[in-house]
Amino acid sequence: MNDGVNGVALAVFIFFFLAVTIVGFMAARWRKAENEHSLDEWGLGGRSFGTWITWFLLGGDLYTAYTFVAVPAAIYAAGAAGFFAVPYTILVYPLIFTFLPRLWSVSHKHGYVTTSDFVRGRWGSKGLSLAVALTGILATMPYIALQLVGIQAVLDVMGVGGGENTNWFVKDLPLLIAFGVLAAYTYSSGLRAPALIAFVKDTLIYLVIAVAIIYIPIKLGGFDDIFAKAGEAFSQTNPATGKPRGSLVPAEAGQWTYATLALGSALALFMYPHSITATLSSKSREVIRRNTTILPLYSLMLGLLALLGFMAIAAGVKVTNGQLAIPQLFEDMFPAWFAGVAFAAIGIGALVPAAIMSIAAANLFTRNIYKDFIRPDATPAQETKVSKLVSLLVKVGALVFVLTMDKTVAINFQLLGGIWILQTFPALVGGLFTRWFHRWALLAGWAVGMVYGTVAAYGVASPTQKHFGGSSDEIPGIGEIGYIGLTAFVLNVVVTVILTFVLKAAKAPEGIDETRPEDYTADAGDPGVQTELPPATAGTSH
Amino acid sequence: MSETPEGTRDPVVTPVRVVIALCLLAPFVAMLWVGSYAKVDPAFIGIPFFYWYQMLWVLVSTALTMVAYQLWQRDQRARKTRTGGAAQ
Repeated sequence: MNDGVNGVALAVFIFFFLAVTIVGFMAARWRKAENEHSLDEWGLGGRSFGTWITWFLLGGDLYTAYTFVAVPAAIYAAGAAGFFAVPYTILVYPLIFTFLPRLWSVSHKHGYVTTSDFVRGRWGSKGLSLAVALTGILATMPYIALQLVGIQAVLDVMGVGGGENTNWFVKDLPLLIAFGVLAAYTYSSGLRAPALIAFVKDTLIYLVIAVAIIYIPIKLGGFDDIFAKAGEAFSQTNPATGKPRGSLVPAEAGQWTYATLALGSALALFMYPHSITATLSSKSREVIRRNTTILPLYSLMLGLLALLGFMAIAAGVKVTNGQLAIPQLFEDMFPAWFAGVAFAAIGIGALVPAAIMSIAAANLFTRNIYKDFIRPDATPAQETKVSKLVSLLVKVGALVFVLTMDKTVAINFQLLGGIWILQTFPALVGGLFTRWFHRWALLAGWAVGMVYGTVAAYGVASPTQKHFGGSSDEIPGIGEIGYIGLTAFVLNVVVTVILTFVLKAAKAPEGIDETRPEDYTADAGDPGVQTELPPATAGTSH
Repeated sequence: MSETPEGTRDPVVTPVRVVIALCLLAPFVAMLWVGSYAKVDPAFIGIPFFYWYQMLWVLVSTALTMVAYQLWQRDQRARKTRTGGAAQ
């Protein structure tokens, strides 16, 4: 890929990496509560985070290193179609404004740590809760793997990791070290580690974007030139498809795809376990609503970042692997030391979400598989221990995934993960507003959505891949090309509604709902709402 | 539905709440209607319309969410004072 190691950039990168490692370990002592051996402490940071910490944590969590690499890479490859990430993140916030505070309230009232906890409590169905937990874990694993892919891209461009002919151990050693460090401080500090590191990550990211969006266009002769060159490059015919490579504006046919991808992804984002973990760690309902008004700052940054894809074309960056386009652009454009800062931003940007995702997946396993099905009498201390171990296992799994399989496998699974996680929407968000649905109907709808989504995604071919070649396919009945996840979701809802009517008519048992209407609007300070300490220690102190 | 609360509660749909709903709904209409902004001109400092318009909507939707948040806060506070100590 590159001739030699970029020494200065590497030194800067290592400096920042060491700094966050120290921060990560020190985080264990930050805002520590008395009962460190509970899942609320390790897995939710004591449910104590205020507006700003939550903002950094959620931002660091949702806008991952992979996003930073993949969004401009998509623009670099095809132009306008890749920009759907911007409307997607615009739509997320009005959406979560409506339902996330309700989830926060009911979770605090009943001590729920995961979405599956809520689903079990609301619908009185362990089966449905298991389905949601498994979907969450399955969707999160490849996402963690992609974070490691993000670090790899940066290491590649810096010249570490070597070329094709280096020994595999030397090649993967830097990734193994980064991974080992991440695993160690997540294990010891829990959610507090990524919360603190997120400050460093976001400061670096904002700095790099601000500099890049001013400095690079000046060097390239302004946005006029950049878009003129990009337009020219997109109009050239791609030999593999016989069509133009891309376009500056989506054509008529691509508009359904663009809109359905934006909407489907927006609906799916807060179904991911790691988003919910970061949400539930906030200390009040207001923190969440306030965050929906300040989180869009990240969307603005994402939009600017996406424009870097055009700059990479205009700057004549030529890479076969699109993922390397942006790291390569930084290396070509910036002085070595600032390229190092930019690489550190991406590298650390991978660590924060990877830590939160592994914690979220571990919490799901512990609460909804281990405690519900294996050891119902597990104490909070045992729960925490299991969660810590599982968070390690999840990360090892992701590492093995990245090292043994082709990168495209991780990307395919991530694509599937997005389709899958969207299928938990009716049980979760539906449950926050109504108890009308029948639990078995929800389970059936989920299953139909999962099967349809998987089969449809398997059938999508691209010039380079026979299967999983993309996430859009013809929408049955409409005939336009749309996001498979959204089609599967609509199918899911239709099946759920029809079966609910049928099951209600057949008087199938509805299950016990342990929540009450007022639980959904409770706030910190109301009676029965735990703000900081879970009941176990509150009781033992006297 | 069996969830209708008893007694003299405020109506669920009020003008303020309709405004809140519109604030939250507007970004969906604007962003999902791709045909309305899939064009190159007018460009802004060289950036095609398609891109700067969507970035502008990041700011517009933020402003709308903020308005919704403020109105909701006021709505909740007003309701609390009206129901008085009845709840707890």
